[in-house]
Amino acid sequence: MPDSRLGKAVIASPLALQGVTVSYDHRPVVHSVDFVTPPGSMSAIIGPNGAGKSTLLKAALGITRRLSGEVRVFGRPLEQETRHLAFVPQRSSIDWDFPARVIDVVGMGLYRDLRWWQFGSRKLRRRAMESLVRVGMEGFAERQIGQLSGGQQQRVFLARALVQEADLTILDEPFAGVDAATEAAIIQVLKSLRDEGRTLLCVHHDLATVREYFDHVLLMNVRRVAAGPVDEAFTEDNLQATYGGRLSPVQLARLVEPTPAGWQEGTERR
Amino acid sequence: MEIWWRALTFTLGYNTSLVTVGAMLLAAAAGMVGSFVLLRKRALVSDAISHSTLPGLALAFLIMGVWQGDGRVLPALLVGAAGSAGIGLWMVQRIGERTRLGEDAAIGAVLSTFFAFGVVLITVIQSLSVRGQSGLTGYLVGATAGMLYSEALLIAACAMGLLLALLIWRRDLLLLCFDPAFARTQGYDTGRLDLLLLVLLMAVVVIGLKVTGLILIVALTIIPPVAARFWTDQPMRMVALAALLGALAGYLGVTLSSVREGLPTGPLIVLAAFALFLVSFLFSPRRGVLASLLAYRRLRRRVHLRQGLLALGRDEPIFDGLTLTLLRRRGLMRRDGVATPAGRAVARDAVHEERLWALYRRRYPDDALHREHAGLTPIGQVLSADAIMVLEAELPPAEVAQ
Repeated sequence: MPDSRLGKAVIASPLALQGVTVSYDHRPVVHSVDFVTPPGSMSAIIGPNGAGKSTLLKAALGITRRLSGEVRVFGRPLEQETRHLAFVPQRSSIDWDFPARVIDVVGMGLYRDLRWWQFGSRKLRRRAMESLVRVGMEGFAERQIGQLSGGQQQRVFLARALVQEADLTILDEPFAGVDAATEAAIIQVLKSLRDEGRTLLCVHHDLATVREYFDHVLLMNVRRVAAGPVDEAFTEDNLQATYGGRLSPVQLARLVEPTPAGWQEGTERR
Repeated sequence: MEIWWRALTFTLGYNTSLVTVGAMLLAAAAGMVGSFVLLRKRALVSDAISHSTLPGLALAFLIMGVWQGDGRVLPALLVGAAGSAGIGLWMVQRIGERTRLGEDAAIGAVLSTFFAFGVVLITVIQSLSVRGQSGLTGYLVGATAGMLYSEALLIAACAMGLLLALLIWRRDLLLLCFDPAFARTQGYDTGRLDLLLLVLLMAVVVIGLKVTGLILIVALTIIPPVAARFWTDQPMRMVALAALLGALAGYLGVTLSSVREGLPTGPLIVLAAFALFLVSFLFSPRRGVLASLLAYRRLRRRVHLRQGLLALGRDEPIFDGLTLTLLRRRGLMRRDGVATPAGRAVARDAVHEERLWALYRRRYPDDALHREHAGLTPIGQVLSADAIMVLEAELPPAEVAQ
């Protein structure tokens, strides 16, 4: 049973963080961050390099140990509710020479549904293929993962998350180093997930696309600076506070106003 | 030769057959557990484990010798070996966690210290008058000749149990090796899985002591997986193949060692494993040396053909002999150097693809760097259909009519 003292918003949220603190070598990299992910939203975690964005995600998922704080999934402790979450890691965390094909990696999303005496089934393979179709990678199922481009690798990980049919999908910089076609394809899949009522939470780097892609933001730099709907939280003052004056006034003005079409053409992508 | 044949066909007596089967099961388990350890990038840990079994082995021998008069009691020796291997492993872990030393440094320190201690103990034992001393050296290089029925049975049964355990936890272990962070988000306890992997590895090493000896058991956990990697890109197939190759090496090694009294089992098994590795290394159709050579030749022809087609499409003269031969042999060019209609069509496609690739390289330089032979492979085999559509849409209209 969810704790009755919890607020309604926390019980409804697929991922509610409360006072999450993480430290490396006695130095806090994430300090007492609160964030209640609104159900059915597409939320971005935004902040400069070294702001602890990825660390916050990893702590929220139990990958990195928390120093303090609570993580609740629909009001229950995270450890009991991992089934509701799917995770798309950064591409750099993987050994791409690993003996695995695309279909094997996607199949890993289904491992916990398999008992040890089962040697895979047609149904599972079909589910894996279906999610590959959703990310436009069905033609690559038999490829060794090292033979894929950055964008394709990202799509495969997204497919592995899709196959789990989780309520909340957490993505760590899904657009880092991918081509524009992949970025468009990924965002389309993410939006379709949201339209199905699922929740998405991304660490995001490209300030120029925040308004276009997301409806909620968490601005952080070790500590939480602001959070809420994009229109309310993604403001000049908050951005300035998050980035510590590293953005020029012209940049800021452009970011905060709804982006005029064609402007992204000139932005640099990481 | 005749004896070897009888050993191979399991007609050299019940005892030898049981020993052979036991060694095969053990080597299969070693290959399986070794695959996971290798994929977890901890191959050297097995070296640390095997060397740190020696002091426990010697101590157990000493205790049993004083107590029972004869130190050669296999179960007791295995328990002793496992005990000291456990301590060694624990020290490696602690050094890794508590200091800034890497695991390799910790392994080196622990391995040599434990082994030195073990050698000292063995020297002490040899100066005492305990019966069965000569049996101890068998644990260094392995000795299956004259193995007791009960010993062979113990080894076979334990190896069987290990194989079953590996079968049960195969997916958990694979997930741990491929993407531990993801495994955690799936609710797997990666710390406990790592421990499980080490315990299984330790069990293989300890059980294998009598068969291959403690110095060479490492080879059985590394060579078969590496050889298996040459044949497949699928994780579970690699694990299964490593088990199969290990079993084959065990089969060949043990039967060979029964040909003559005193032939050491361990080295023969390892040499058999190496022979299997060598075959894989040379002849694997995926990553073998021979296949690479052929692939290089194919690539060269592809480059020449491609350049020839582009030259045809752009009406440039061709001088290269290989290019001309390739074009003519495919009926793309007449003997007098003029393109055939088919040649013109293919050349046009090649030029179009080249423009797509050029656009791709300009748009996504990072991605293009990552690709091998971008521009040689048909673009449809490399990029997904939607990515190509985007490129096609962005392609400036061709300068028509030349």
